[in-house]
Amino acid sequence: MSRQSNRSTDTKKMNSELFTLTYGALVTQLCKDYENDEEVNKQLEKMGYNIGVRLIEDFLARSSVGRCQDFRETADVIAKVAFKMYLGITPSVTNWSPAGDEFSLILESNPLVDFVELPDNHSTLIYSNLLCGVLRGALEMVQMAVDVRFAQDTLRGDNVTEIRMKFIKRIEENLPAGDE
Amino acid sequence: MADEALFQFLHNEVIQYVNSAESGDTENGRCVSKLENMGFRVGQGLVERFTKDTARFKDELDVMKFICKDFWTCVFKKQIDNLRTNHQGIYVLQDNKFRLLNQLSAGKQYLDHAPKYLAFTCGLVRGGLSNLGVKSIVTAEVSVMPACKFQVMIQKM
Repeated sequence: MSRQSNRSTDTKKMNSELFTLTYGALVTQLCKDYENDEEVNKQLEKMGYNIGVRLIEDFLARSSVGRCQDFRETADVIAKVAFKMYLGITPSVTNWSPAGDEFSLILESNPLVDFVELPDNHSTLIYSNLLCGVLRGALEMVQMAVDVRFAQDTLRGDNVTEIRMKFIKRIEENLPAGDE
Repeated sequence: MADEALFQFLHNEVIQYVNSAESGDTENGRCVSKLENMGFRVGQGLVERFTKDTARFKDELDVMKFICKDFWTCVFKKQIDNLRTNHQGIYVLQDNKFRLLNQLSAGKQYLDHAPKYLAFTCGLVRGGLSNLGVKSIVTAEVSVMPACKFQVMIQKM
């Protein structure tokens, strides 16, 4: 197979393209199924959440990252380990609030939107909203309630993509009722 | 990079979503065809980007070999285990350990659910072939998980 040699190098790229394209197909389908963009955004977030609650286990198993001391450490782990591992990018962590409970992830590039242009009639669609859900779901499984939203998006003409994360509270582990 | 895991999680969510959106009697067929259509579009895109710098394929069999080896390796990290053909436009691709079924219990219990997990891939193959100029119908069958067979029927144009 003479052809094989020049193809094998592309394998890695192909794989992220598979994910990107599949995600694109999903968003397209959602846009067909729902009447307005808000519903689509909500659905994407929900699906992300479902992925996040499962992904965290995969993440902990693969990364062997231990317990984080504070929210700053969590932010670093998300940016430098998690994003690197799953999307191959390392967003920068900036814009900390004075109280240290809120920060921004700045994504220079976003693999999810590699082949995407938003048509005019979907101006309120938050295309990558899945990511917010993933982050929320994953952190909930490690006892952190957070609020995640897109503050800027290159798809809508901003220079960078910015995800804003706000720490809400620590989730106390509740024993099931009647269990001692 | 661990993006394979990410794809699998996404794939599961897609199935979950399509399945919950379609309810009623015709549910299963509609669900499968929706997934198939999504796969089709993805297959088209992948093959287009994948083959842009490569030489032209000799014939139909060459195209099928490409699907079984390069394409499958990229998407599912392994080759197709067995390719058969009757030389009259029917090809059977057998994967003994299909990645998207691997997470399901191997017994008979979830056999009914298998078609949902194969529909996207059927579309992927059909889309890929279609962009290489081969019009086809792709169906899948499972008798023992996680092995499965994809049957490709070439439509003569």
